[in-house]
Amino acid sequence: MSEDLKQLHQDAASRIEAASDLSALDDVRVEMLGKKGRITGLLKTLGGMEPDQRRQFGAEVNAAKQALIEQINTRRAVLERAAIDAKLADEAIDVSLPGRGDGYGGAHPIRRVIDRISALFGTIGFEVVEGPEIEDDYHNFEALNFPPNHPARAMHDTFYAGQGSRVLRTHTSSVQIRMMEEREPPLRIIAPGRVYRCDSDRTHSPMFHQLEGLYVARGVSFADLRADLQAFLSAFFERDVKTRFRPSYFPFTEPSCEVDIHYQDLNGREGWMEILGCGMVHPNVLRAVGIDPEIYTGYAFGMGMERMAMLRYGVDDLRLFFENDLRFLAQFQ
Amino acid sequence: MKVSTQWLAEWVSVTDAPAALAERLTLAGLEVDSVEPVAPAFSGVVVARVDAVEPHPDADRLRVCQVDSGDATVQIVCGAPNVRAGMLVPLATVGAELPGGVKIKQAKLRGVASAGMLCSARELGLGEAASGLMELHGDYQPGQDFRAAIGADDQIIEIELTPNRGDCASVRGVARDAAVLYESDWMPVDCAPIAATHEQGRDVAAVDPEDCPVFCGRLIQNVDAARPTPTWMQERLRRAGLRPKHALVDITNYVLLELGQPMHAYDDAQLQGNLVARRAAKGESLTLLNDQTVELDPACLVIADDQGPVGLAGAMGGAGSAVTPATRDVYLESACFAPDAVAGVGRRFKLVSDALYRYERGVDPALQAAALERATQLVLAICGGQPGPVRQVGQAPEQAPVTLRLSRLAALLGGAIEEDKVRSILVRLGCSVRQDGGDQLQVTPPSHRYDLRIEEDLVEEVARVIGYDHLPGGARTVEMRFGAVAEDAVDRARVHDVLCGRGYHEVITYSFVDAAVDAALSGGLPTVAVDNPIAEQMSVMRTTLWSGLVGVLKHNRARGADRLRVYELGLQFHPDGQDVRQPQMLAGLASGRRHPEHWDADQTPVDFYDIKGDLDVLMQQAGRALDCEAQPHQALHPGQSARLMVDGRPVGWLGRLHPAVARQLDLGPAPIVFEIELGVLLQGHAPAYEPVADQPAVRRDLAVVCDEAMPVGDLLRVCRSAGGENLRQTGVFDVYRGAGLPDSSKSVALSLIFQDKTRTLIDREVDDAVAGVRSALSTELGVGFRE
Repeated sequence: MSEDLKQLHQDAASRIEAASDLSALDDVRVEMLGKKGRITGLLKTLGGMEPDQRRQFGAEVNAAKQALIEQINTRRAVLERAAIDAKLADEAIDVSLPGRGDGYGGAHPIRRVIDRISALFGTIGFEVVEGPEIEDDYHNFEALNFPPNHPARAMHDTFYAGQGSRVLRTHTSSVQIRMMEEREPPLRIIAPGRVYRCDSDRTHSPMFHQLEGLYVARGVSFADLRADLQAFLSAFFERDVKTRFRPSYFPFTEPSCEVDIHYQDLNGREGWMEILGCGMVHPNVLRAVGIDPEIYTGYAFGMGMERMAMLRYGVDDLRLFFENDLRFLAQFQ
Repeated sequence: MKVSTQWLAEWVSVTDAPAALAERLTLAGLEVDSVEPVAPAFSGVVVARVDAVEPHPDADRLRVCQVDSGDATVQIVCGAPNVRAGMLVPLATVGAELPGGVKIKQAKLRGVASAGMLCSARELGLGEAASGLMELHGDYQPGQDFRAAIGADDQIIEIELTPNRGDCASVRGVARDAAVLYESDWMPVDCAPIAATHEQGRDVAAVDPEDCPVFCGRLIQNVDAARPTPTWMQERLRRAGLRPKHALVDITNYVLLELGQPMHAYDDAQLQGNLVARRAAKGESLTLLNDQTVELDPACLVIADDQGPVGLAGAMGGAGSAVTPATRDVYLESACFAPDAVAGVGRRFKLVSDALYRYERGVDPALQAAALERATQLVLAICGGQPGPVRQVGQAPEQAPVTLRLSRLAALLGGAIEEDKVRSILVRLGCSVRQDGGDQLQVTPPSHRYDLRIEEDLVEEVARVIGYDHLPGGARTVEMRFGAVAEDAVDRARVHDVLCGRGYHEVITYSFVDAAVDAALSGGLPTVAVDNPIAEQMSVMRTTLWSGLVGVLKHNRARGADRLRVYELGLQFHPDGQDVRQPQMLAGLASGRRHPEHWDADQTPVDFYDIKGDLDVLMQQAGRALDCEAQPHQALHPGQSARLMVDGRPVGWLGRLHPAVARQLDLGPAPIVFEIELGVLLQGHAPAYEPVADQPAVRRDLAVVCDEAMPVGDLLRVCRSAGGENLRQTGVFDVYRGAGLPDSSKSVALSLIFQDKTRTLIDREVDDAVAGVRSALSTELGVGFRE
């Protein structure tokens, strides 16, 4: 290789390495390899050479050209990468800053409990239904086997409306009647909703929520009721719940029953707490809706949603449910 | 119902401790609320007799007493006003410990030595009466241990009786049930007939045996009604929650507690002629023992003498014929009134009485004569006197037998129970049981069990005595059936999810609201009033859910929440002739900033369009369009009020609350509120596939210049109707006001997107369609265009 070519190659190679950006690199490329470039110029001199000399010198120049092209490409890749890195570095953000948006609201705890219980009963084929909240005496009492002036009515502190012509339903049991009037057995329904009793203190709210269940079909028995409620309570609380089934009285069921669950509080005190009322649908109730009690039997149950929510979430004051304080609600997202 | 375990032990022998007995009763349907001792712990108290009472030399209100404490006479200084020589009282001796940790020591009171303390009932924790010493009446000896003397180591079991178990509203009734549960004997108190010593008395009659199947009465002459009620009886009354009055009243109350038979004692001198149970006549009235005067009519059953009503049957006696400690001749009434005959009296006259409580639930019609004998026995023992003959009309009606099929019992309970066991339980309960072939039993319930009428009642009795937790369980057969899952229904949970996902909190507020608040928010719609509201601010049923939401806003604003997004699902209540229309609504309220405080978000307050966007999402979920029509609403800002329309039907309202209403209700800056029928959000469409059009879409923009008041919705509607079948989509991408436009006008930039399903549109077709839109806009709405 001629000294000139060698010098030129070395000179070009070091300028390529020194190019600090893409335009400087391109300047080197044009100066060396462009149409009027110095390497290109050397190739143009080949025409005037002897064949031997031309072959040898031509090979040397081409080798130098190839080497420079490769070096330029390598260098370009480095510089391009550096340019991207620099641009990306400019675009860096603080990923720890809060994101935009309106946040998530949340379900009311009572609705959350109702949804949970509805889902549980849904798994065994119960369907959710609803009914009116201002009821007539027939659906709230009479069809449920409460005779007029019966002392059982005194168990319900009833709100009246329309100069006594209507009641604010005192229980969701009225929905049982409406459903049995509308549909034929087999019936598996639950009816959650607001109910009203004329009573207000620390442990009573004049409006609260019940969830009613009704299962009417051939061969439904008290043993089924006990088994289903026991299983439900354990499923709801996600633990083995110790229960006791206690005789009670509701005009619309016979036999009637109240279910207590065993509790142990933080101070180690133990006891039983009433959690729901239930029983076998009274034959008078079935007859009132045109279902033959000799063919069909049924069970019904009702429970207070506030109490379930209090037990499940540890809420210790009934009034919180109706104050709707955001600091309370936000705990039930 | 409060039952003393000591009293109960006289009737039935139960070896269980009170707590265990309470548990057993509870599990048999007599729910025990509490078991409490009748007296707190104290010691060193004895019965003593005051022998002499002298004034204290240095204190006007103290007395110096010489007291026989059994083995000695001790000197006690006493301040009680009722201390007198000869009385028997409890004495806390030196060394005694009284409730509350009081220790009795030798003391000097104003210089006079006192070796103990004479006690009031309150000092011993035996009652609230503090007016003086507790005087003992009866056969008590000085020196006797006081606790033993009055049976203070007694427990009270308080039972919350269900309305069907009126038969247990007595010591006798509870004892009878306990005897069944423990399979032990019970020992009824002696009610043997007492022979008359004279023939005086009044006849009794009942006009309608349906109202009053049994009516007994007896005259006892020459009683000393001023004699004190013995302490043992006073204590039993007190332990059952009754206040002792005077002997004759105490005796009737005692029989009521013991046997469950309400009794009435008349001062015979105040009666005229015979007694009859009859319906009152219109215009009659009666002043009751509680001094309440009631106006009577034929709905009321009364006891009347020849002059008129002397008692409201089953509820309360009349004041005019009441016994007093001065009564000389007493007439005792012991009757059975049917529950239906007394039902409603309590509610009607706002009367509560122990008698009514029992009659409403049913009093044993076989009990009247026995109870009268028992009362006579007690009157003679305490007040003396000469009994006349028992006069009685009527007798216990025959009980109808009830058929019990063992197969039905097994089917209802979900497992069979052996016939022997069933029979034995029923017999112990007092039923007579007869085998009636096959698996049928003919069961005749006892007269005191009003609640055993049908087969299911007997099934419950058997199950109850066995204990629900000890019943057999069996395999079950379940009839399975698919329910309906409508594809075009939107699950309600999705509505909740959309709103929660957009930052709303669900709330639940009372359905009854303040009438003034509801009127302000509904524009004065008629309401359904609650007849017996619990408070003035809960007196009407809401006609708009906003009535509750504004309360949530106030509550949270007062606690520093400056941004609020809340919603509620619930019913509105509207009078509708005789009926009440109760549509189910979704309502929401938004106040404060558009977005939560954030380092890079604008701080603009929420406006109409934010919430309209939320509703649009809910409607898109249902696959339908929501239109807003500018319409005034009394509670809404006149320029920011929209009637919500779906498929041309009004379904609710959206707008900013009227600032005047917000001020009236003290809400701060007027919030945005909406209320929409829930049903329209839940009624969606089942999806139906349409081929995806691959043809290119062509977009054209139009700048319409129109009057400020022109609703953009009208522009869009005209575009859609005039745009032809290839107009796929219209949009609004700018609304401009200001420089370059005439006053009170605006420029609305509309985008029109055209597309054919099968081919590429050519320019001329699109030009023609746009020209059609332009001409329709200008002719129908008179708008101009900016090029």
